[in-house]
Amino acid sequence: MRRAGLVLLLVVGLAAVGAPWLAPNPPDRSFPDRLYAPPGGYAYAQRLVNRLNRQFEDDLNQPVSLRWFTDGRLVTVPEADGGPLLLLGADAFGRDTFSRLLYGARASLALALVATAIALLLGALIGGAAGFAGGVVDEVLSRLTDFVLVLPAIYVALALRAVMPLVLPPATVFALLTLIFALVGWPIVARGMRAIIASEREREYIAAGLALGATRWRLLSRHLLPAAVGYLAVQATLLLPAFILAEATLSYVGLGFPDSVPTWGTMLQDAANMSLVAEAPWMLAPAAAIFLVVLGVNLVVQGTGRPPVQLEP
Amino acid sequence: MINFVARRLAFAVVLVVVVSSASLLLARLAPGDVTAQLGPFAGAAEIAGTRARFDLDRTPLGQWGVWLSRAVRFEFGDSFLYNRPVRGLVLSAAANTAVLAAVALVAATVVGIPLGVISGSRQGVLAGAIRGVSLVFLSIPPLLTSLLLVFLAAVTRWFPAGGMTSVNASSLDWPAWLLDVAVHLPLPALALALPIAATFERLQAQSMSETLRQPFALAAVARGLSPRDVVLRHAWRVSVRPICGIYGLAIGALLSGSFVVEFVTAWPGLGRLMYEALRARDIYLVSGCAAMGGLFLAAGSLVGDVLLAAADPRLRDASGVASVGQAPR
Repeated sequence: MRRAGLVLLLVVGLAAVGAPWLAPNPPDRSFPDRLYAPPGGYAYAQRLVNRLNRQFEDDLNQPVSLRWFTDGRLVTVPEADGGPLLLLGADAFGRDTFSRLLYGARASLALALVATAIALLLGALIGGAAGFAGGVVDEVLSRLTDFVLVLPAIYVALALRAVMPLVLPPATVFALLTLIFALVGWPIVARGMRAIIASEREREYIAAGLALGATRWRLLSRHLLPAAVGYLAVQATLLLPAFILAEATLSYVGLGFPDSVPTWGTMLQDAANMSLVAEAPWMLAPAAAIFLVVLGVNLVVQGTGRPPVQLEP
Repeated sequence: MINFVARRLAFAVVLVVVVSSASLLLARLAPGDVTAQLGPFAGAAEIAGTRARFDLDRTPLGQWGVWLSRAVRFEFGDSFLYNRPVRGLVLSAAANTAVLAAVALVAATVVGIPLGVISGSRQGVLAGAIRGVSLVFLSIPPLLTSLLLVFLAAVTRWFPAGGMTSVNASSLDWPAWLLDVAVHLPLPALALALPIAATFERLQAQSMSETLRQPFALAAVARGLSPRDVVLRHAWRVSVRPICGIYGLAIGALLSGSFVVEFVTAWPGLGRLMYEALRARDIYLVSGCAAMGGLFLAAGSLVGDVLLAAADPRLRDASGVASVGQAPR
């Protein structure tokens, strides 16, 4: 079970890394004759029959030959030869859903990874300081941690994002969302970290270190931190899917990335018009992608007998 | 007992005041204010008048002071967006969210706990199937369940795909109105309940299988109790403790989950209202929603503690009330 989960996560990670090579089309390329086109173009060229009813059919007179390893792509079909190749259909602007899904994985995963790293760092610092210092510092930091922990994370993220200007360049949005997610996610790390450091501090090896004249900083970084590495690794697996989901939620409600940037969230937003999606179910592909990532993490976590993932950081 | 209640009340008051004040100041300090809604042709006097009407001409701290002095009299100001007192708006939205969350929580409990007892105490095909299904639903967060259910509703037309009432709801008498709401409720409630039910099932199953390995369970078997009695009468009561502990947290998850579900299924609840208020810089509505959310959270953790005390007699002190935060060793 654990292995299946790891394989799943590895596949998604490789798809994200190899997106420029794996994607048959550029993610922002709009094919005007393929609005809401169904998956196709791999055996016969697709032909638009009726633009109003979004009807397409395979042109049986024009078989398509796939071009492998050309133009720096794994497989593609040039438009002149009956392309484009639409493995998962096209969206409202005639953009290739499959290619956008791969590029979206890059944005969504990168955001979640960076946010997780910052949240771990913040949580480890604050929790470590609280556990190591004790006394008033511990009291203040622990109260703060508990307080932030009580708040429903998505509302805090929503409020923090909503008070910022709505239209920002993608890079700024990326930085802003990372920061917000880290601010929302650190307490859960800090609480466990504090408990670990506070109990480890009483052990003999720390007393020995103190007796040998080690500085506090050295004790904390060289001796206490390694004791918490396993815990931090587990927390990372819990924060990652939660942040992927948070990005999707914020982008879905229109407070995340602009539509021009393919992420799983902005793609889901394109799928918000359900009466259209009922005829174009491939637009729910990002939902499947999010499901696969969360399932992968759940399989890994459940395989080790730990409690299930709380998607609420 | 008095000490416990006092501490709980103090926590609730602090939570509500801090959360609503923070969101008031946050929304006030955000760029842009309500006068943007007046459009480009509004004169300076109109803009100044609107600012003065909503105390926006004061400093943020001054505005906060005025707001706080009114809030202790349960007057939370007027919404710019709806041009109505915030109190009524927030109360009706909170009621809608409470109905949705309560139905979802009950459904998740009724489905998740018994299934967890089964899969935690048995081995074989049934337990494996339950485990697999719940692993799948565990991986479909409310954003995805609501999208998928709305998609299914749009394709099959078994359920209305969104909203709390039909278009003609205002002309219905109350039994018909209630029925109308009842038809609209299952979809968002299910979207919210499925992941939580899966969480409950997993927690209950793990807790049950751990409990059954404890000596007292073995002793009960040795004395000749049927496996059914051991599980249902003795082990379950012990194993349900961690679930009760998570109920307090589940309220937070319910609130967060209900935001997306309300957004996707157009359920007119607190989450949607908060979102609209934030987008429109409707300062008083934002803080009103935040205060209500804080109240929900405080109530949730109280319910969690009470359940914990009910499930575990060791947590009750002489007066019969849980001493919070002191887990038995």
